[in-house]
Amino acid sequence: MNRSALWTAFATIVIREIRRFTRIWPQTMVPPAVTMTLYFIIFGSLIGSRIGEMEGFDYMSFIVPGLIMMSVITNSYANVVSSFFSMKFQRSVEELLVSPVPNAVILAGYVAGGVARGIGVGLIVTLLSLAFTQLQIHNLPLMVLTVVLTAILFSLGGFINALLATKFDDISIVPTFVLTPLTYLGGVFYSIQLLPEFWQGVSMVNPILYMVNAFRFGILGISDVNVYLSLIMIFAFIVLLSAVALVMLGRGKGIRH
Amino acid sequence: MTYALEISALEKTYGGVRALDGIDLQVEQGDFFALLGPNGAGKSTTLGIVSSLVNKTAGRVRIFGHDIDTELSAAKMHLGVVPQEFNFNQFEKVIDIVVTQAGYYGIPRGQALVNADALLHELGLWDKRDVPSRMLSGGMKRRLMIARALVHKPRLLILDEPTAGVDIELRRSMWGFLEAMNRQGTTIILTTHYLEEAEALCRNIAIIDKGRILQNTSKRALLRQLQVETFILDPDTPLAVAPVLAGFDVRCDADGHLEVDVPKGRPINTLFHELDKAGVQVNSMRTKANRLEELFVRLVESNSQTGGGQ
Repeated sequence: MNRSALWTAFATIVIREIRRFTRIWPQTMVPPAVTMTLYFIIFGSLIGSRIGEMEGFDYMSFIVPGLIMMSVITNSYANVVSSFFSMKFQRSVEELLVSPVPNAVILAGYVAGGVARGIGVGLIVTLLSLAFTQLQIHNLPLMVLTVVLTAILFSLGGFINALLATKFDDISIVPTFVLTPLTYLGGVFYSIQLLPEFWQGVSMVNPILYMVNAFRFGILGISDVNVYLSLIMIFAFIVLLSAVALVMLGRGKGIRH
Repeated sequence: MTYALEISALEKTYGGVRALDGIDLQVEQGDFFALLGPNGAGKSTTLGIVSSLVNKTAGRVRIFGHDIDTELSAAKMHLGVVPQEFNFNQFEKVIDIVVTQAGYYGIPRGQALVNADALLHELGLWDKRDVPSRMLSGGMKRRLMIARALVHKPRLLILDEPTAGVDIELRRSMWGFLEAMNRQGTTIILTTHYLEEAEALCRNIAIIDKGRILQNTSKRALLRQLQVETFILDPDTPLAVAPVLAGFDVRCDADGHLEVDVPKGRPINTLFHELDKAGVQVNSMRTKANRLEELFVRLVESNSQTGGGQ
């Protein structure tokens, strides 16, 4: 396939993915908006007003970057894992496997679809947050870079999960038992400075802590960790997961007999 | 000469079970080829490997000269696949399924729409283009898979049981469509359980059993292997006892029809001569069964008795 044909194939996958999650918007776009609005009301307005300031900002302002990032992480992951697994389940993945689309383009297409949903939901949550607080932007390029890289990373994670999954239960295990705890313990609702020294050390091995803090730095200009280290870590994980996904695709793991 | 499909020493093992045991097969360009065999013989595994849905254990596959190990993308560009089971997204519209497939082959959306429109018209699905695929009847779903497989204009079309569960009228119209495709130059390979389908459509036939090719020859040569052909005669008056006809085995069925075995090479005129001598008037005659079916059963049974592929 020449470059133009590759681009057409990539665009076809991306458009198909965007069409899928927008067609079922009550399942994909509305629930995170409702959940995050509840977080803003309960943790931000009701409880947050009694907590006072966190790292020099009112509590609502402090949690907004974390909640936006949480939406991006869960939705980029969920989009790819559910879409690709349902293609496996319905065997419509065979449409792609018989076609000449290279594995790298298949992966890039699905990841782009996941990024589109992650960022789309992130934008909805950001707009909703404006009803509760005023957002300041400390470093726009850093903010955008962090959110895009994070969405790419978790889309890759969702893709690998979908390749490994053999039943629908398998696509909810990682989000429920890995992503949700790591996100909640990743500094979305608190600064790790509040934790005892031991738990601060434990928190430092949580990769989501770095993503949340890099994004928070982009908005508020504060971070518990080194922002450049965060970006390097996210990038390194992207390279690692891309390699794993491509090797699995090449071997036909979970998709070829 | 470049074959449309060339398979050599193809092997596939599933967890210690040998599904393909060194398959060699060549399909010429422009051929209408049937791959026949009982359930579990290795037909779908062979076609699965050709269409990249199954990983091979050993061997080589070339599609129009392109090796799937070294030129997979080029090989796939020539290939269209209609699988045995429905494998499209049940929630997508008919037109979207076909146009999306074209996109996977790098065909821009404008051209993809033109190709899809033409195929949906030809296959009688135009009225259903905006209907979610799950709403289609079984026959329409089969035609949708054919439209999807042809949208990038492949030179080799593989159909795995294309008319399974399709009514006779639709089956005949699909035969007509495939014959027209073949006349226009598309090489067609099909597997089918309807042996009259293979006999009606195909020029060359391979019979596979237990992962081995038992026969790979022209339909004509295959049918020549039949030593006897059985005819059913409808006598003027139903007979209770079979007449003695010199040189022919004759039986009487419950309805008073005659079943006559005519040895290969024996002129059929001699049968009528003997009937005249016996004073039997015949109103009509027909062949008893599908000839290919008889041969197929004989070959597979013989392979089982000799323990082929064990």
